[in-house]
Amino acid sequence: MTAARPVRRSPSSIDQATVELNNLSTTIGEWLRGTGPESDIVMSSRIRLARNLADFPFISRASEHDRVDIERHLREKIAKLQASGDLQYINVSELDGVDRQFLVERQLISREHAESQGARAVLIDPQEQISLMINEEDHLRIQCMHSGLDLVGAWEQISHIDDLLAEQVTYAFHPRLGYLTACPTNVGTGVRVSVMLHLPALAITRQIEKVFRSLQKISLAVRGLYGEGSQAMGDFYQISNQITLGRTELELVQQVGDIVPVLIDYERRAREFLVRESQQNLHDQVSRAYGILRTAQTISSEETMHLLSRVRMGVNLGLIHDVEIRDLNELFIRTQPAHLQKLRGVELDTADRNIERARYLRMHLNKEDGHGEQN
Amino acid sequence: MKCQKCDKPATFHITELEGGKHHELHFCEDCARQYLTQGSVESSAATMAGALAQHLAVGQTAEELARLDQKACPVCGITFYEFRNQGRLGCPHDYIFFEKELEPLVMNIHGETTHSGKRPERLAAGTQRRTELIRLRREMKEAIQGEDYERASQLRDEIRRIEESAS
Repeated sequence: MTAARPVRRSPSSIDQATVELNNLSTTIGEWLRGTGPESDIVMSSRIRLARNLADFPFISRASEHDRVDIERHLREKIAKLQASGDLQYINVSELDGVDRQFLVERQLISREHAESQGARAVLIDPQEQISLMINEEDHLRIQCMHSGLDLVGAWEQISHIDDLLAEQVTYAFHPRLGYLTACPTNVGTGVRVSVMLHLPALAITRQIEKVFRSLQKISLAVRGLYGEGSQAMGDFYQISNQITLGRTELELVQQVGDIVPVLIDYERRAREFLVRESQQNLHDQVSRAYGILRTAQTISSEETMHLLSRVRMGVNLGLIHDVEIRDLNELFIRTQPAHLQKLRGVELDTADRNIERARYLRMHLNKEDGHGEQN
Repeated sequence: MKCQKCDKPATFHITELEGGKHHELHFCEDCARQYLTQGSVESSAATMAGALAQHLAVGQTAEELARLDQKACPVCGITFYEFRNQGRLGCPHDYIFFEKELEPLVMNIHGETTHSGKRPERLAAGTQRRTELIRLRREMKEAIQGEDYERASQLRDEIRRIEESAS
């Protein structure tokens, strides 16, 4: 147990942040390791808490001066926490567009946080399980992400951090309404419980829309890989609670947790159906996807996600044997635009990114059998 | 300006927030009602709050609506009009100041109006008093701008007293 690292405000903090981001780009988050319960279908479990300071306006009414004060205040208080591991401080407002996008791709900050203006920061633990976003839609958004289906574990970890922080700061809290948030959709617990599921067979068998309509009826929201408004890239879907008031956090964890086995069962049955009814066709599709990823010379992000999704399912069904789920999970993230640019160390336009992406895929998917390319 | 769906004058101007981007919609009353009640399921949470707030406002008479829209929070200064346009509140005190207006909205979103989850262990009795700091700091800034330094220094002392009382 060590305290958060002291914070740098000197001009060199830009270089420092870059160095630290470069370090990040050589590692990968714990949540991508592809283990944990039901991890063939449940990629990750995530919980976030929305919190605000009692003595500042919410972000939409905060002046730049307020934002600077909020940022400093929270940063200093977080630095006093006995958090597990060294929290790394990143001043998001000093990062360039590629670096901000990199953190979004990594799921460490939201798109809104990346795209907004003014003083804002994020603190991240080395395993990339915890991220504390300062000056997002709320003053503070705490996020905890675990690999596989582990909502209770994620809740226990995040709640502990929340308790420690509550000893340091005065949260905006109303005796009847609970934690007060900028948007009334988050008031009460301020908790969003989500699981990210990989549901390729439900997508192939065109049952996914039907499933989602029934989820919406029981107040669960469905989003894509990168949150609100994002497309369901690579057949990844985030299922989360919509209600935040009137139920305890654990009830909300349970509400989402209860639906997961049902969705896993649907997906498994759809996979079984595909194997039973059209195994040859399925095997062909999966193998072709793998073939393209191992040989393409230029490839878009969208096509990559689509094909990786097929291969991931192929590995889980035992149709492909020479690639690990963990490696595929990483490829989903590492072939994103900002990750490729960080890897190359230069900004690349779309055409160059597509070439770089194909090169990266060839290198990583051909290494096992020795006839891969060296570059 | 004309309604974007029909030729009647547009009297409702709705700002939708999607993925951090604003886009404006202009409707006559009938089309606004239709738009707001169709309840697009895929809309984001923030849009939902904005749309519901709009929807509630549509249920009022023009006179009531105008009066309600001008109501401004004494702490942060946000008007109800600004809230229902952007779907985001201005400060913690808004939940108290606009309590009556927000109650049906909160009920609509959550189906409940009472929190039953965790509470901060050290629930400072002065939480509401700390929110007062937002107003005091604003007044101090205004006093300085108005060169009323005596008032500014009184306010500064009061701010310090609250800040030091519990932090």
